[in-house]
Amino acid sequence: MNKKQKKMLTRIIAASVLLIALHFVPIEGAARFVAYIIPYYIIGNDILRKAYKGIKNLKPFDESLLMAVATLGAIALALYNQSQGLSGDYVEAVAVMLFYQIGEFFQSMAVSKSRKNIASLMDIRPDYANIELEGQIKKVDPKVVKPGDTIIVKAGEKVPLDGVVIEGNSSLNTSALTGESIPQKVCSGDEIISGAINLSGLLKVRVTKSFGDSTVSKILELVENASSRKSKSENFISKFARIYTPIVVFSALALAILPPIFRGLVLGLPAMWQIWVYRALVFLVISCPCALVVSIPLSFFAGIGNASRNGILIKGSNYLETLSNVKTVVFDKTGTLTQGVFEVNAIHHSKIEEEKLIEYAALAESASSHPIALSLKKAYGKEPDTTRVKDIQEYSGNGICAKIDDLEILAGNEKLMEKFGIEPIKCHSIGTIIHVAINGEYTGHIVISDVIKQDSFKAIDDLKKSGIKQIVMLTGDLKKVAQSVAQKLKIDKFYGELLPDEKLNELEKVIDGKNPVAFVGDGINDAPVLTRADIGIAMGAIGSDAAIEAADVVLMDDNPAKIAQAIKISQKCLKIVKENILFALGIKVICLILGAVGIANMWLAIFADVGVMILCILNALRVFI
Amino acid sequence: MKKTYEIEVDCANCANLMEEAAKRTSGVKSAAVNFMMQKMDVEFADGADPKAVIKEVIKNCKKVEEDCEIYE
Repeated sequence: MNKKQKKMLTRIIAASVLLIALHFVPIEGAARFVAYIIPYYIIGNDILRKAYKGIKNLKPFDESLLMAVATLGAIALALYNQSQGLSGDYVEAVAVMLFYQIGEFFQSMAVSKSRKNIASLMDIRPDYANIELEGQIKKVDPKVVKPGDTIIVKAGEKVPLDGVVIEGNSSLNTSALTGESIPQKVCSGDEIISGAINLSGLLKVRVTKSFGDSTVSKILELVENASSRKSKSENFISKFARIYTPIVVFSALALAILPPIFRGLVLGLPAMWQIWVYRALVFLVISCPCALVVSIPLSFFAGIGNASRNGILIKGSNYLETLSNVKTVVFDKTGTLTQGVFEVNAIHHSKIEEEKLIEYAALAESASSHPIALSLKKAYGKEPDTTRVKDIQEYSGNGICAKIDDLEILAGNEKLMEKFGIEPIKCHSIGTIIHVAINGEYTGHIVISDVIKQDSFKAIDDLKKSGIKQIVMLTGDLKKVAQSVAQKLKIDKFYGELLPDEKLNELEKVIDGKNPVAFVGDGINDAPVLTRADIGIAMGAIGSDAAIEAADVVLMDDNPAKIAQAIKISQKCLKIVKENILFALGIKVICLILGAVGIANMWLAIFADVGVMILCILNALRVFI
Repeated sequence: MKKTYEIEVDCANCANLMEEAAKRTSGVKSAAVNFMMQKMDVEFADGADPKAVIKEVIKNCKKVEEDCEIYE
């Protein structure tokens, strides 16, 4: 409870005690009025002041005004009744104000409590780092640790900063970061990320990034800022609240004035002003838009929190909302559906020693970080001597031309060979084929292939189950390879042999402007496509700033099944948002009608306001479960 | 220039109103209130003095929601 909430609680207790005490004190006349005004003032002074300020600042239509008018109106009615010789009932005015404040108090408590709960579950922030100083281990704030420092992570502790293990073996639990529950084994030389929990041994870690640049800070920043990007539902509700309040105030005014006039002038009956004014006041209390306005951001916050607990970072409420409507998912093949770890499987038609062929291909590709280049490097087995390589020319999507030891080496696909007028020998193996030519003469080719991830089968299946109508795969790889992967995974459409800019074209063809389209990539070389899609999903993005920048949804690990999970969370969240809108509006409308015809009294009105709000908050919290 | 301020506001609708009020303040390029994290991101217009502008923002926010706090 914060200071404000404590103060409010004191006021609520004081006013309640006074009100109950007054019930047993028989006072009449002016003394009665004065006696009841005291608890009314204790509980309602801030509301009255706010209502007054609202009018002064020409922004009168808010809840404070509703409550001020309703309660002051009730007091005026009681005064009028008293002047008619009836007993004046001030209790109602005080009680309504009291219950309104209790409702506000509950709301404030419920919101701050659920906010804190969700935030604490997402909070992977480390509290301290152990640093070795003059032979002694000292606990320090992770913010003061600099890259290059050595820290010690004991069993059971959180890794406070990103770094490299220099001593010790252990396994790490990264579930708070990636949602992956299988511990990750680490030993000396491995990179580890902050936020992971050290399960067993003692680790000595050389820090590589300052706290602000560490994974933990990046994730927290992303998740915390996510609810700043508002969804359409939230914008709709805040716009709605803006026009709703004046409409209600004018309707209440009409309800108070029109029926008595009609009765008096047209029907010739007694006007019965006090009844209609009372109904108008009930009408005002019922109409507070708070339940609606508070439950929606809370639902989105819970949705984003739930996703982040599962290793899915959603960068805004708006993206969560779009994600729930996605009907088409477009995949980049490499690194998402397949492991992206290529291996040299075979070497065909080599006119020179096979090792030599690999060596030239690896050297030609030595400047590239493309998975193909990496697999060549791996097959070569040594660090390529880049001083031997000159004049590297890259033909985007086709291959590389470079001078190695004064030989002109071409390494790439068939198109590259044809471009240089060389006749390649066609290969029948499925995989990526790197043709090599030396000084314009065809020298053979290397077969590199990729493996489908086990999780991909489940991922495609889950996506179809969660209502995705169309799954498309784009790849720079050969059509033959694309076809074989697509058939195995039961993908609806595929496009192969695409250059990076052609991927963008194909995606634009898929986007029809009706249902949003999600694109899933590994974020390494598909940033423009990620940005263009309605929802860009980057996979395995730990440590890749470019991907985190370009994507709207970031999967911490590279399990494609997480995409279906993200869509399911978004659908659940939006379902709850819709339920809350319908429920809150429905109850309000029913109570408003009951109020207008005189069936509902102040007590029901208070329930319609506070009760609905509490129910909506509880419903919103379901998103998190 | 962008700055983040901690805020205190109890109701979600008031948070929306504060955002509107902050956006209307001259010298503010854009503003976003994050009710859940109780934070306000303010992007100042070029050449504006953040210290002076945020005072105006606070004043305007207090007009729409008296109970709100913005911590400089």
